[in-house]
Amino acid sequence: MEIKPLGKYDVIVIGAGHAGCEAALASARMGKKTLILSINLEAVANMFCNPAIGGTGKGHLVREIDALGGQMGLVIDKTFIQSRMLNTAKGPAVHSLRAQADKVRYHDEMKHILETTPNLLLRQGEAVDIDFTEDNRVKGVLLRTGVYFNCDAVVIATGTFLGGKIYIGDCVMESGPNGLAPSNMLAENLKQKGLKLRRFKTGTPARVLSSSLDYSKMQVQEPDDHVVPFSFMNDDLDKEQVNCYLTYTNEETHRIIRDNFSRSALFGGLIEGVGPRYCPSIESKIERFADKERHQLFVEPEGLSTEEMYLQGMSSSLPEDVQRDFYKTIPGLENIELVRPAYAIEYDCIDPLDIKLNLEHRNFKGLFCAGQFNGSSGYEEAAAQGLMAGINAVLWLDGKNPFILDRSEAYIGVLIDDLVTKGTNEPYRIMTSRAEYRLILRQDNADLRLTQKGYDIGLVSKERYARFCESKKLTELEISRLKQTTKAPSEINKWLASLGASPIDNRISLADLIKRPEVTYANMAAIDTERPSLSDHVITKVEVELKYAGYIDKQLAQIEAFKKLENKVLPDGIDYLGMEGLRLEARQKLDQFRPASVGQASRISGVSPADINVLLVYLHKNEKA
Amino acid sequence: MESTIAAISTAYGESGIGIVRMSGPMSLNILTKIFVSAKGVQIIKPRYMHYGYIEDPQNGTRLDEVLAVYMKAPHTYTGEDVVEIQCHGSYISLKEILALCLRSGAEPAGRGEFTKRAFLNGRMDLSQAEAVIDLIKARSSRSFDAALGQMGGNLSSKVRAVRDKLKELLIDITVNMDYPDEDIEEITYDQILNRLSLINDEINNLLVSAGEGKIIREGLSVAIVGKPNVGKSSLMNVFLKENRSIVTDIPGTTRDTIEEQASLRGIRICFTDTAGIHETDDPVESLGIERSKQAFDKADLILLLIDSSTPLEEEDKELLKMINDRSAIIVLNKQDLHTVTDENMLETAPNLKVIKTSLAEGKGVEELEDAIEMFVTGGQIRRENDVLVTNVRHASLLRKAKEEVEQAENMTAIHEALDFIEVNIRAAFDYLGEITGDTASDEIINEIFARFCLGK
Repeated sequence: MEIKPLGKYDVIVIGAGHAGCEAALASARMGKKTLILSINLEAVANMFCNPAIGGTGKGHLVREIDALGGQMGLVIDKTFIQSRMLNTAKGPAVHSLRAQADKVRYHDEMKHILETTPNLLLRQGEAVDIDFTEDNRVKGVLLRTGVYFNCDAVVIATGTFLGGKIYIGDCVMESGPNGLAPSNMLAENLKQKGLKLRRFKTGTPARVLSSSLDYSKMQVQEPDDHVVPFSFMNDDLDKEQVNCYLTYTNEETHRIIRDNFSRSALFGGLIEGVGPRYCPSIESKIERFADKERHQLFVEPEGLSTEEMYLQGMSSSLPEDVQRDFYKTIPGLENIELVRPAYAIEYDCIDPLDIKLNLEHRNFKGLFCAGQFNGSSGYEEAAAQGLMAGINAVLWLDGKNPFILDRSEAYIGVLIDDLVTKGTNEPYRIMTSRAEYRLILRQDNADLRLTQKGYDIGLVSKERYARFCESKKLTELEISRLKQTTKAPSEINKWLASLGASPIDNRISLADLIKRPEVTYANMAAIDTERPSLSDHVITKVEVELKYAGYIDKQLAQIEAFKKLENKVLPDGIDYLGMEGLRLEARQKLDQFRPASVGQASRISGVSPADINVLLVYLHKNEKA
Repeated sequence: MESTIAAISTAYGESGIGIVRMSGPMSLNILTKIFVSAKGVQIIKPRYMHYGYIEDPQNGTRLDEVLAVYMKAPHTYTGEDVVEIQCHGSYISLKEILALCLRSGAEPAGRGEFTKRAFLNGRMDLSQAEAVIDLIKARSSRSFDAALGQMGGNLSSKVRAVRDKLKELLIDITVNMDYPDEDIEEITYDQILNRLSLINDEINNLLVSAGEGKIIREGLSVAIVGKPNVGKSSLMNVFLKENRSIVTDIPGTTRDTIEEQASLRGIRICFTDTAGIHETDDPVESLGIERSKQAFDKADLILLLIDSSTPLEEEDKELLKMINDRSAIIVLNKQDLHTVTDENMLETAPNLKVIKTSLAEGKGVEELEDAIEMFVTGGQIRRENDVLVTNVRHASLLRKAKEEVEQAENMTAIHEALDFIEVNIRAAFDYLGEITGDTASDEIINEIFARFCLGK
C-alpha cells in the first residue's frame, strides 16, 4: 500500500478511551499540537463495562484528576443520573463518591470537548504501526488506510482493543469491546519491534431490557439527597436522580451455573489471559466460594435515553442460553430479556515493570503508555494514567523534569508507583488500603494537594486556579477564626447537654470543641452565630482538618520519614552489578529497574532491607568522596 | 569481587579442638593450597570431612593434624563458600593456621562479619541475625538457650503469631472500608475491642519475657546485705564455690564491696557483697558503707542476712525497713545455733520470702537458690522452649506495638471512625513486622481476595 504522509503532530494519542482522552486534552492544553486516534468515534470515552464513575479509591482518583486540571470529574458532574457518597460512617479518609453515569451522554460530552479543544484533533483511524528511528525514538504513526503522521511522542492507550478476543461460551471472536473492531495489526507490529506483550482478561455482565424486570421484587437503592460534586469547579448539582436496585442469586441459580461449568470459556481452557480477582465472573464466584448461599446483583440504568440495564455482579463467559436460564431463577428477573449477552474479553498489554515513573517505556524514547495497556483496570485508573502520560509527554518534549507524584502526595502516585515498581499479575485496581498515608490523601483536600502543582506545569486554567486560591484562603481564614473564637461554659453547656455531650469547665475554642465526637460544623451553627457563609468544599476541609488534627499530624510525621528515603536520589550511572554487598538478585533487579530513589528501590520485589542498607552505605561513601 | 574472610571461630583458651573458618569465593582455593590429604585425595568434595595436615606451601612446614570441610555456596551459614578447619585447640596452633590462611589470600574477619554476611546474603532475617549476635555474646547457659531459640525462629514464630492476629483484624476492617457495597458482614466495635484486647495480652506476655530476657542476658544483680559477721561472705562463697572474699569472725573484715559473677542454674548473677551498713567513724569503713548503699540501690534483688542466734539489733531493723519496698529475700542464717530470732519477729511486708539457712553446715542453700530462680522466672517454671525476648530493639518494637494497640482500643471504645483505628492497628502490625522482617503490604490485599467473594 502506498504510504501517504499527512502532516506532523507533537503528540499522537492512540486510543480515545478514558486514558486517551485525558492524555490528549492535557497535551493540547499544555500547548502541544495533538492528534487523538480512535478506531471508531463511537468508542470515544465509552463505558464498556459498568455505567458508573468513582467508588472507594476510584473516587479519590477522579478528585485528583480534577484538581490537576483533568476532565473526568467535570464530565461525570454533567452527566450523572445518581450520586452517592459511600462509607460516610467509616471516617473522612475513606469517604468515596460514586455516581451512575448516563453513558451515552458521558460519551457525547467528552467527545464534544475533544472536538472543541484548541490544538487538538479527534480523528477516526486504526493505528497499525508506530515508527521509530534507529535509536528507538518515536518518529510517526501509520494508519490502516496508509495515512502516515509524523510525531515526536506517542501516548498508547489501546484498552481492550489491542489483540482483543471475546468469549461467550464456546464462541470465540476476534473483537474489541462491544463488537467493535479489534486492533490486531498494531499488536503484531509492536511485538515485532520488540515490545513484550502479555494477555490479560476481563469481563462484563449482560445488559437487559428494563421493561422485562419486576422491580417490586428487588430492594431499592436510593441516591443521596444532597449531591457532592466530583469537580472542585462545581458547587451545587442537586437534581432529579434515578434509583438502582438490588436482588440476589439463590441455590437454584448456583445449581444451573455449576451444571454448566464445562461450557464456560473461563473453565474450558480457552482463555489464557489473567483476570482480576476483585472482579470475578459469577461462575468463578460460585466455584471459589461454594459455601456462599447467595450473591448480590445490582441493577443499574445505563442512561436516561435507553431501556438497557446493567447487571452488576454477573459478569460471565457462559453461553447465552445458560445466561438466560440462570438469570430467570433470580427474583425480579423471571421474565428477563437479554439485549446484550455477558462476555469475557482478552487483550494484549505490557508488563508495567517495562515503563518508568513518568510512564515512558524503558526501551523506546517518546513512547508513553497508559491505562489497560499498562495492566490496570477501571476508567478512573486509566484516566489518571492518561493524564500523567499526556503531561509527561509534553514535559519530555520540552526537555523538562518529569512530573511524578509520590505515594504521600496522591492516589495517582500510589497507582503508578505500584504498577511500575511492583508490577502486577492481574488487572490492577486502586483501593484505599493500597495507600499508606490515607489520612492525608483524602478526597476533600485533593485540590490543596495538587492544584498548585497542576498550575505550575501549565495545565490548570486561570479560572480554576483563581477559584482554588480563593477557596484555600477561605479555608485558612475559617480555621484561624475557629481557633480564635472561644466560648464560656455558661454560653454552651446547655447546648452541649442537648447533644448528650459532657459540659465544659473552662473557656474553649470552637476549634477544640469540634474535636468532640458529638459536635459537627453543621450543628455548631447554633452557638456560632457570626460564621461566614462558605461552600461545602471549604466547610468539609475545615471540619476534617480540625476534627482529626491529631491523627493528621501523626501521619505527616510518617510522611517525613518516608520522604527521607524518597529524596535519596540514585544517580543514573550506578554500577549495581559490581556493587559489593548487594545480593545477586538485588544487583540484577536494580540494574534492570534503575530506580529513581532509594525509596523506590525499597519497594522492588527481590530487594531486601539489607540491600537497602548497602545502597545507603554506597550513597554515603559517594557523598563523602 | 567479594573478599574472603578468615577467623578463629572457637573461644580463646585451651580446649580439645579449635576451628578456623573462612568464608568467601577464595575459601576452597586457599584450602587446597595449604591442606595435604593424609590419604592422598586430590579433590576436596563439598560436605565431606577430609583428614590431613595443614602445611605451609612456602617451606613445607607441617603446622597441625586437622579435619577440613568445604561447604559450597549458597547453602551455608553465610551463603558463601565456607571452609572449616578443625585442628587441635591450642592457641598457638589456631593462630598459626589463621596466619597461614591470611598469608594465602584471606582477610581477617571483622567482628560479627560472618553473621553480617549471612544477613546480607539473605540467609537469616533480622531477628535471627540479632539473635546470633546475642549468641556470640551469651555468657551463661540459659542465655545461650534463649539466643538459640530465637535463632531457630522461635521468637519470629511467636511474634508472627501475634502479627497474624493483627492481620486478620486488618483484613476484616479493610474489606469493610474498601467494599462498602458488598454483601459482607459489618465488623462491630465490640468485635474489634475483643480482638484487640487479646492481642494486647499476647504482646504483654512477650514483653514480660523481655524484662526477664534482660536479666538473662545482662545478669541479675544481687546485693548481699546484713550486719557484720552475719555470714555475707560465706554466702557469696557458697555461690562461687570457692573462697574469694576474706572470711573472718571479726566484724567489718569486708571493708569494700566485692563484685563476683556466678552462674546459678543457668542464670548469670552479679553478686555484690557489702560491708555492713552501720554508722562508723572509721574512714575506711565508712567509704565501704557508702559503696554498699550504692550497690544496694542498683541491685535487682537484695539478700538480707539476719543472724537468728542473736536478737534483732538496730542495724537489722534499719535494713528491714530499707528493703520494705524492694525485691528482697530474707535469709535467717546460723540455724545451726540456738534460735533467738525467728520469722515472726521480723515485722516485714508479708510477701517477703524468708529462707532459713545454716551456711556453716551448707543447709538451706538449695531453698535459697530456688527462691532466686523463682524471682527471675516470675514464679513460673519455664518450659524448655519458651521464648525470651533478649534483644533491646525487639523489646522496644514490642512496646511500640503495644502502645498502638492500646490507642486503637481507646479509639474503638469511643466508636471513633474505622479509618483512624485502622491506622493504629496497621502501625502495630508494621512494628511486629520489623522484628520478623516481614513488611509486605500486599499480604492483606491478597488475603482479602482469597477469603471474600467480591466484585461486580
